[in-house]
Amino acid sequence: MTDYQLIVIGGGPAGLAAACKAWQQGLRRVLILERDCELGGILNQCIHNGFGLHRFGEELTGPEYAGRYIAMLAETGVEVRLDTMVLQILPGRDGAPHEIHAVNGKQGYQVLTTGAVVLAMGCRERTRGAISIPGERPSGIFTAGAAQRFLNIEGYMVGRRVVILGSGDIGLIMARRMTLEGAKVLACVELMPYSGGLTRNIVQCLEDYNIPQYLSHTITDIRGHDRVEQVVVSRVDDQRRPVPGTEMVFDCDTVLLSVGLLPENELSRGAGVEIDPRTRGPVVAENRETSIPGIFACGNVLHVHDLVDFVSAESERAGAAAAAYVMAGESSPAPAGTEPGEPIPVCAGEGISYTVPQHLSPAVRTAGAELFFRVRRVTGPAAIVVQDGAGNRVARFARSHLAPGEMEHITLPAALLARAIAPLTLRMEEANP
Amino acid sequence: MYDVVIIGCGVVGAATAYRLARYRLRTLVLEANNDVANATTKANSAILHAGYDPEPGTKMAALNVEGNRMALDICRKLDVPVRQTGSMVLAFAPEQLPHLQMLYDRGVANGVPGLELLSGDAARALEPNLSEKVCGALLAPSAAVVDPWGLALAMIEVAVQNGVELRRSAPVTGIRPKEGGGFVLATPKGEVETRFVINAAGVDADRVHRLLEPIPWQTRPNRGEYYLLDKSEGGRVSRVIFQCPGPEGKGVLVAPTVHGNLIVGPNAEPVTDRRDLGNTAAGLAFVKARAVQSVPSIRFGENIRNFSGIRANTDQSDFIIQWSENHPGFLDLAGIKSPGLTSAPAIGKLAADMLGEAGLPLTQKPDFIDERHVVRFRHASPAEKAALIAKDPRYGRVICRCETITEGEILDAIHSPVGATTVNGVKRRCNAGMGRCQGGFCGPRVQAILARELGVSPTEILMDQAGSWVLYGETKQSVTEEVSPHD
Repeated sequence: MTDYQLIVIGGGPAGLAAACKAWQQGLRRVLILERDCELGGILNQCIHNGFGLHRFGEELTGPEYAGRYIAMLAETGVEVRLDTMVLQILPGRDGAPHEIHAVNGKQGYQVLTTGAVVLAMGCRERTRGAISIPGERPSGIFTAGAAQRFLNIEGYMVGRRVVILGSGDIGLIMARRMTLEGAKVLACVELMPYSGGLTRNIVQCLEDYNIPQYLSHTITDIRGHDRVEQVVVSRVDDQRRPVPGTEMVFDCDTVLLSVGLLPENELSRGAGVEIDPRTRGPVVAENRETSIPGIFACGNVLHVHDLVDFVSAESERAGAAAAAYVMAGESSPAPAGTEPGEPIPVCAGEGISYTVPQHLSPAVRTAGAELFFRVRRVTGPAAIVVQDGAGNRVARFARSHLAPGEMEHITLPAALLARAIAPLTLRMEEANP
Repeated sequence: MYDVVIIGCGVVGAATAYRLARYRLRTLVLEANNDVANATTKANSAILHAGYDPEPGTKMAALNVEGNRMALDICRKLDVPVRQTGSMVLAFAPEQLPHLQMLYDRGVANGVPGLELLSGDAARALEPNLSEKVCGALLAPSAAVVDPWGLALAMIEVAVQNGVELRRSAPVTGIRPKEGGGFVLATPKGEVETRFVINAAGVDADRVHRLLEPIPWQTRPNRGEYYLLDKSEGGRVSRVIFQCPGPEGKGVLVAPTVHGNLIVGPNAEPVTDRRDLGNTAAGLAFVKARAVQSVPSIRFGENIRNFSGIRANTDQSDFIIQWSENHPGFLDLAGIKSPGLTSAPAIGKLAADMLGEAGLPLTQKPDFIDERHVVRFRHASPAEKAALIAKDPRYGRVICRCETITEGEILDAIHSPVGATTVNGVKRRCNAGMGRCQGGFCGPRVQAILARELGVSPTEILMDQAGSWVLYGETKQSVTEEVSPHD
């Protein structure tokens, strides 16, 4: 017998929801391995509101949202090991148990066997290096999330005069947060001609506080030997190249970077899980099973979400699928995978940057499927068209507005998929291109 | 009264201190910065060169080849990460082949072992990601990649353990000769008397020497910019890949680092401000364009950090290793440009020998400690990891998730003989924050551990050098636009 039926790696919103669901579906030996000292993940530092409208029908703060799931978990017998770092996943082949190597100070070096694994490690922030911002390297340059941790968890101010690069949601939230704590946010600078964050955050975090947003601009120099003293901001052309002569100098002591999030898949890669270069997360089927049977992925480790509510929904799906996988394996000698038959690839066509899942099992022909994706550019009225391998239009979904900053999803009923020919392709059709 | 004061604790100062530590001497090292190895030593190509580059007969030629051997030996003895990868110089056109032949001949004259001239295909057989345009290469198996600040740290730590004194944040502000020999050095914390002075102040060696007398040579600070890519690109090449100089100047290198990343750079740009460690869009674009000539498939999207370093170049073609003519007892180890890192151990030995010739008795200590061991959790076997955690549970707490660095290792870094006091000081000693998230996750935790161990508020902890504040105070303390505790 394995040590556990299911091991969930990560105790943030994804891991919590997956573990709760797996328990509800009947698993009784479930373990969450969490590297931080408490459950809840990054929600713990997101003390602003706006969480839970979809999931709970009310507005919660991040810690409150996490608290709901932690309370749910407490009703189950799911075990938790905190302050525990997973070093390695050794996948068992052909239905053999998977092996998880982890360490903590209490139990030391642990080798745990399990029937199934849910990857729920979340994501990390892109750094200055990833975008090679020129200039010096003084202190005072933080990723927005690191600054948020200092401010909201540790209780320290990271600066007084702030320029924010990038308009991701954490950056926007931090613009308001720093302002409320007495700092002056001088500018929010965005390389693209549109904002990368949710519209509600642009309004509530920048416009309400008269923080100027510079679209199609970027930081072209950082000055200061020891601490940031100035940044230079330049306009960029439509090739995103800085335009000489457009430089503006801001006297500031702090730069916050909100320039994107990257799913954290070093463990997944190490295990041999196939990674989609577009999402930088595992390639999965509709049940969130990766290329390795019995290893599932959900939440921001799979693809970066805008709303935790959708993380929870996705993770419950993965948790349920992991439970089904384990129970099918325990009831029959042969391990159960997805249903037999050829998978149906889902392709990102014109105007679509990625889809999750990347392929569907034949089961969707009787169960239907939900597809998540992002578009490549901002549009007005447009449609998302789903086409099958024979060129037939399977479905068309009208949208009044589309933006890369907002994750989209569509539901394909079974009736439409019943006779669809693989592969399916999503593309965007603009009303007035 | 000290026998010897070494000014500067970069790799040259550290190597000299390590050399002198084996003798019965009173030796003091004065470092202007708040940490050792924090200027040119921390920002360079991190390579132990084979030694075919310097012209035969120069100090650089002799010290490079000897330094390469010594540095490898020291790394093994003092537990410094090093990997003898070998290096290649590439030719991209037939007209560059004579340059390879010239380097080969120089190398043979300098005593570089194992040199070999390869065809383009033979080079690609060894390094499959090299460009199709490569038509010849010089292979030098003795080149290595090293942790440059690790080498300097190891040497100064062992020196300190053997009784050498080290003062950090101790810039020398004045030097005057004493009547009857010796010198008095002024520092902000008082004067220091010594019989001999060794000037190992790196890019500022000219300024230090001028505190004593005018000098006939000029420093020409020269900046080089780099990319450091994620470990996912670390296997792109397995050797240090140089280029023949071309019409666009000296080539850039592509190399694995000893930590498993890929380093790409540098350019060469004269600068006037020696503290301007900035990167420029033009400089980085140049480096990128040149690098892909060697290895077209490098994925620069995997970059995790850019940095630049200042070379201590001078108007002299060779290292400046000489006594002051007017003030016997003042020894310059100046103008230590490339291959300075490689040469440092040999320069330290030469400096000690010169002190001996100048009359300083070099009596060996019988109890000289010449070893050092560092816990590196990530490299331990599962059984060793279990044993480490059993010994101290703090080795089971991973603080830096990208590099798998434990609290135990961070504590080792803080409490080592030359302990870390800053966030980057911790990073240089044990790699916490060096990975792909660049300290985004572990930075606040390292800050908290430093504060706890040093018994100060987290607001007092610096990122790196003096003035590099991380925090401006606690929240709800009116840290507003106008007011800050650091003003």
